[in-house]
Amino acid sequence: MQASLDQKYNFEIIKYFAVMAIVYLVIGTTVGVYIASELAWPFLNFDIAELTFGRLRPLHTNAVIFAFGGMSLMATSYYSVQRTCGVRIWSDKLAWFVFIGWNIVILSAVITLPLGITQSKEYAELEWPIDILIAVVWLAYSFNFAMTLAIRKTKHIYVSNWFFMSMMVMITLLHVVNSLAIPVDMFNSYSIFSGVQDAMIQWWWGHNAVGFYLTAGFLGIMYYFVPKQAGRPVFSYRLSVIHFWALTFGYVWLGAHHLQYTALPDWTGSVGAAISLAMIIPSWGGAINGMMTLSGAWDKLRTDYILRFLIVSLAFYAMSTFEGPVMAAKTVNALSHYTDWTIGHVHSGALGWVAMVAAGALYHLVMQLWNTKMYSEKLVNMHFWMATIGAVIYIISMWVSGIMQGLMWRDYDEFGTLTYTFAESVAAMHPYYAMRAVGGLIYWAGGVVMLYNVIMTIRMATREKVSSSSPATAAA
Amino acid sequence: MLKSSKPGPIQYKFETNIVAMVLITLALVSVGGIVEIVPLFYLKDTMEHNQHKEILWDRQEGQTLNDWQAGDGVRPYKPLELMGRKVYLREGCYLCHSQMIRPFRDEKERYGHYSLASESIYDHPFQWGSKRTGPDLARVGGKYSDEWHALHLEAPRSVVPESVMPNYTWLRKAPIDADNTVKHMEVMRNMPHNPAPYTDADIASVAAEVEGKTELDAIIAYLQVLGTMVKFDESKDYRQ
Repeated sequence: MQASLDQKYNFEIIKYFAVMAIVYLVIGTTVGVYIASELAWPFLNFDIAELTFGRLRPLHTNAVIFAFGGMSLMATSYYSVQRTCGVRIWSDKLAWFVFIGWNIVILSAVITLPLGITQSKEYAELEWPIDILIAVVWLAYSFNFAMTLAIRKTKHIYVSNWFFMSMMVMITLLHVVNSLAIPVDMFNSYSIFSGVQDAMIQWWWGHNAVGFYLTAGFLGIMYYFVPKQAGRPVFSYRLSVIHFWALTFGYVWLGAHHLQYTALPDWTGSVGAAISLAMIIPSWGGAINGMMTLSGAWDKLRTDYILRFLIVSLAFYAMSTFEGPVMAAKTVNALSHYTDWTIGHVHSGALGWVAMVAAGALYHLVMQLWNTKMYSEKLVNMHFWMATIGAVIYIISMWVSGIMQGLMWRDYDEFGTLTYTFAESVAAMHPYYAMRAVGGLIYWAGGVVMLYNVIMTIRMATREKVSSSSPATAAA
Repeated sequence: MLKSSKPGPIQYKFETNIVAMVLITLALVSVGGIVEIVPLFYLKDTMEHNQHKEILWDRQEGQTLNDWQAGDGVRPYKPLELMGRKVYLREGCYLCHSQMIRPFRDEKERYGHYSLASESIYDHPFQWGSKRTGPDLARVGGKYSDEWHALHLEAPRSVVPESVMPNYTWLRKAPIDADNTVKHMEVMRNMPHNPAPYTDADIASVAAEVEGKTELDAIIAYLQVLGTMVKFDESKDYRQ
């Protein structure tokens, strides 16, 4: 059975994507823990330019979003598109090109960002030669995916593929427009847009990197892997249709809520905020659709640790997509903007939703690809608890510090003068920055446990395969 | 895998034809961006200087950038300031410092008059930021002496004990190169959108302007001009 699947589908390439995803999870969170610690203990900058917060922070975001997120999306989408279409990936060669190309992008990020080679647009820092490479590799990735859909054996295209496809279309558009720049030389360029227009385009990109890359793409993961792991069909087809259309149409509008009360015209920010509020509906539609897939089989959560990852990720997804519209509301935004609350919100999505759903899917993938059980179920459960506890500590410390910052900045004493200097608000953050680093460290350690468990699983599976194919064992 | 339910005609087309799926998705995702972004390039209200001409510097024939006085209006960055801005971008300052003051009482008292869109007209890319781990810098110009800035950049905790900013010790050792500065100015001058109106005389002045200067001098020059370009009239509402 497995041998014929191996021949029918290209599992080999998926193995590479999957393992690298886990490696990058560890690397990306390592940098994250380090820069979090720099804010708590600034001596960690060591007066070395390449280690300073300002240069490593883009490396952290690029490593977790594009290295870990990218490898996870490529592994899961190329795997599930083959399974749901009943055909092998359209081109093996192109798939390899995507794997190698994307890793070259990541390697160039690791080299250039600490050197201060940056376009200085958040989540789009990489310089123009790398941007061109990203566009080429991303188009190759998307084209191979679309062609696999085109040669499918099934009549209908399965729902997970809708989400992957919408991600590919939107990210292409966003990346190309937001990265338009005039080069000074190989390592320097300036955005062709300036000021208010550049701000709007940047946050159109910024929020939709979240909305399509980290939401639509990972919902694609959810729609394939949750039903598979649970062994049950998706709860509601109708809900998935409504959810998809509303999300695809609506998410694009949200970027403007990052610029409320700024010099961006009021109408734009208000449109962004209004649509943000409406986005609770499709977001929760997706979360409910995923969770209710378990309806009638909730007991599985007791024994299936991988399912725990998937279902808890949906709980985090529901929570952060409720928090998002709240923070987009103008009165709340006036307090939360510029504070750590935003950082906490991003991480409830990133640690709780994105990385947990990806971890669940990757465990599922490893067992499928190597046709084996996990080396240790206990370690999967341990990873689950470390991830959950780490994420919760992180989020709570940022809630407290964020709201505290916001309140301190606007606080007036009885004489009508500002109560706190800015420096006092910085000093007040220290315990929460330390707490955040601890939460991050626990989360990071969970990733290390996963990497260890997966390596041991692969070694075990490879050994079994070798011994079972040897004649001596066959005779016994 | 899905519970049976009949898709409508568009949905049917969408999920059975890959070309239709891509085209429908592209149409769907384009709307929001077009509605929110495109008008910003055309609506006159977006930039305050369309209403209040004095916001932009009205440069007379033959005037150099050094003839400009604080409050004369928004002008392109001087060569040294532009290279200082490049240091600001390179070091990722925007990750901890915003340059966008919101129209609130506390922000006015802490940082000054709320920021205008026209003030960042020559900012490729914009530097509004998204986080205040450190204070807003939109109007930091003129608030501290050059000596204070040098101390603060090289050893922040020597002047602000609570600070968590890194020590930028390498700026003093890095000279500013004139030829390189010219290249940066030429790019800004040839931008398709909001180009910096540098004259040939501005470009010719570069060698003299950056002679013997370091990155530390450059970033201080940049910080010292932030927010000083426009003279605000408190009786005016710049945002309708």
